[in-house]
Amino acid sequence: MTANNPHEPRTAAPASRLGLSLFAVYVFLYGGFMGLVLGRPDLLAMRPIGGVNLAIACGLGLILAAVALSLVYMLARADH
Amino acid sequence: MIHQTSPLAIGIFTAFVAGVLWLSFRLGRKGQSAQGYYAAHGQVHWFVNGVAFAGDYLSAASFLGICGLIAFYGYDGFLYSIGFLAGWVVALFVIAEPIKALGKFTFADALDSRFDSRGIKLAVAISTLVVSVFYLIPQMVGAGALVTPLLGLPHWAGVILVGVAVTFIVATAGMVSTTWVQFIKGSLLVLFCGILTLLILQRGLQVNAGRPGPLDLSPQTRTVRPDGQVLVDGEPQTSDHDLRPVGMLAGLPERFGGRLETGPLGPLAYLAALEDASVVTWKKTTRTDAEGSHETFTPSVRPAAELLRPGGYFKGLAGGTLAGRLDFASLMLALFCGTASLPHILIRYYTVKDAAAARKSTVVGIATIGGFYVLTLYLGLGAMTSGFLDPTNTNMAAPLLAKSFSETLFAVISAIAFTTVLGTVSGLIMAGSGAVAHDLVENVCGLRMTDHEKVRVGKLAAVGLGVVAMALGILFQGFNVGFLVGWAFNIAASANLPALVMLLFWPRTTKQGITAAVTVGMLVSLGWILLSADTFEKVYGLSRDASPMPFSQPGLVTIPLGFLVLVVVSLVTPAPARR
Repeated sequence: MTANNPHEPRTAAPASRLGLSLFAVYVFLYGGFMGLVLGRPDLLAMRPIGGVNLAIACGLGLILAAVALSLVYMLARADH
Repeated sequence: MIHQTSPLAIGIFTAFVAGVLWLSFRLGRKGQSAQGYYAAHGQVHWFVNGVAFAGDYLSAASFLGICGLIAFYGYDGFLYSIGFLAGWVVALFVIAEPIKALGKFTFADALDSRFDSRGIKLAVAISTLVVSVFYLIPQMVGAGALVTPLLGLPHWAGVILVGVAVTFIVATAGMVSTTWVQFIKGSLLVLFCGILTLLILQRGLQVNAGRPGPLDLSPQTRTVRPDGQVLVDGEPQTSDHDLRPVGMLAGLPERFGGRLETGPLGPLAYLAALEDASVVTWKKTTRTDAEGSHETFTPSVRPAAELLRPGGYFKGLAGGTLAGRLDFASLMLALFCGTASLPHILIRYYTVKDAAAARKSTVVGIATIGGFYVLTLYLGLGAMTSGFLDPTNTNMAAPLLAKSFSETLFAVISAIAFTTVLGTVSGLIMAGSGAVAHDLVENVCGLRMTDHEKVRVGKLAAVGLGVVAMALGILFQGFNVGFLVGWAFNIAASANLPALVMLLFWPRTTKQGITAAVTVGMLVSLGWILLSADTFEKVYGLSRDASPMPFSQPGLVTIPLGFLVLVVVSLVTPAPARR
């Protein structure tokens, strides 16, 4: 719309499609984890990785996932 | 507990805080135009701004609050870490670049960029002030929790100290110096928490915190008499007769063959060893009679595994009621949606030069903050087994953990945490003073001001906000700061997020829709908090059952309500004119 109308006041640059896809991935992970915490907390006591329980593994995983997704986004949009 | 002070600790602390104030004053002389005062001329490098994001965000709530919650209640404190970081994903992928393209100094500019509406400016300025004040309360409470063990001062003295120092920083400086203070503090906080984590892993796990003799499992009672005198187990409290510190490991897993300490452990081995160990936790009960109010702390030995999964703090999670689970879901939604709606985070997008720099600085922020939140797990668990906890105050867990290693480290960590509070408070007061001077006085009241006057009004507003924050910080002593900051996230998400997201993604959004959504979201979430069971119990001292609200955290209802109000009002008002 900005391109067609030079009088359009400052409008938002549309958020990128990639950004919104990565956002959807994260919402799925965060929502899934909250579902586990609320619905099947018994599963979180399992110890899949080196004696560390699933609750801690998921928590650390979510933090690392946020960092990883943001790095992917930065590298993919480096030319913008 | 009465905390001993040491001249070394006081010396290091004073030098550190004085250094930061000096730096702020020096840098601040560069920023005296309005553009400089509020937005650092838009010239801050993205990397510096990214670390400053971490500095802004890793407030007392993250450092003192989360660490304390993990140390006292286990895993549930870590859920705050997860939620606080998740909010940044919304900020990066949805909000960062568009908001940079829309505004000039404040968040109200951005929301109002298409409409030029006084209604929007008024509603957003008020919501900015309300959120800033709610975010200020935990910072001030954190300041009090820091100076008590370090300087031996009472809580209120810490609050006044921060209030005066910050008002000085903001009134002399502005966004340039605030950014640098946040950069320095953000880097140091992550660095020293990293060092602390290495020390925790190096120490490993020790039964009874490495002290000889058997575990002391006798209950302790602290009594406050009507005349204010404090008794411990019936005798007056002195430094020789005081509550004993808590937070012990009761036993190691069998695979350690009956040893009393594990020696150095790797990051995963530490968590795995703790999972099989047993710890001493304590239950607090309170009662009041003619002699005064009594708090009794009764220790008991439990498997640590129980503390490493959800349910210790959020009682609704461990087979609790539906209301308890909804309360938790509501908090996690508010944390997710709140970050990108916090005014003091949003103003930081105006200190860099363009959308690409905004994006890059957010990524640096996420990496720094994410790294820090991984460390909070170790800091909290380390504090839980350090043998140094003060059972009367969750907020002191992190500094007391440092004290279990050395006085010097304790002084350094406390000084960093204190500057953490200083930095966050200055950022919040900047956001609040911008809302008053730029949005309320100039845009809503229509007073034309020169550049110089605009800065002066902002500084006056900063002093006023500082005084309000000090008063509230004294009032809310004894609340966990992580819990308190949850309120700010609820209000920010309910008032600001619907307007922000719909403005960016729905062209049919009208100015009436935005004004209504911000106003309704703010008032309903604020009202809900004031009427919630948590507030009834902890602030008014009434019974939880007297509260009319089904659960305490409003976000689950009030965030969707904000969206609904915006859509309905926008649809019944004329579509925005294409100019």
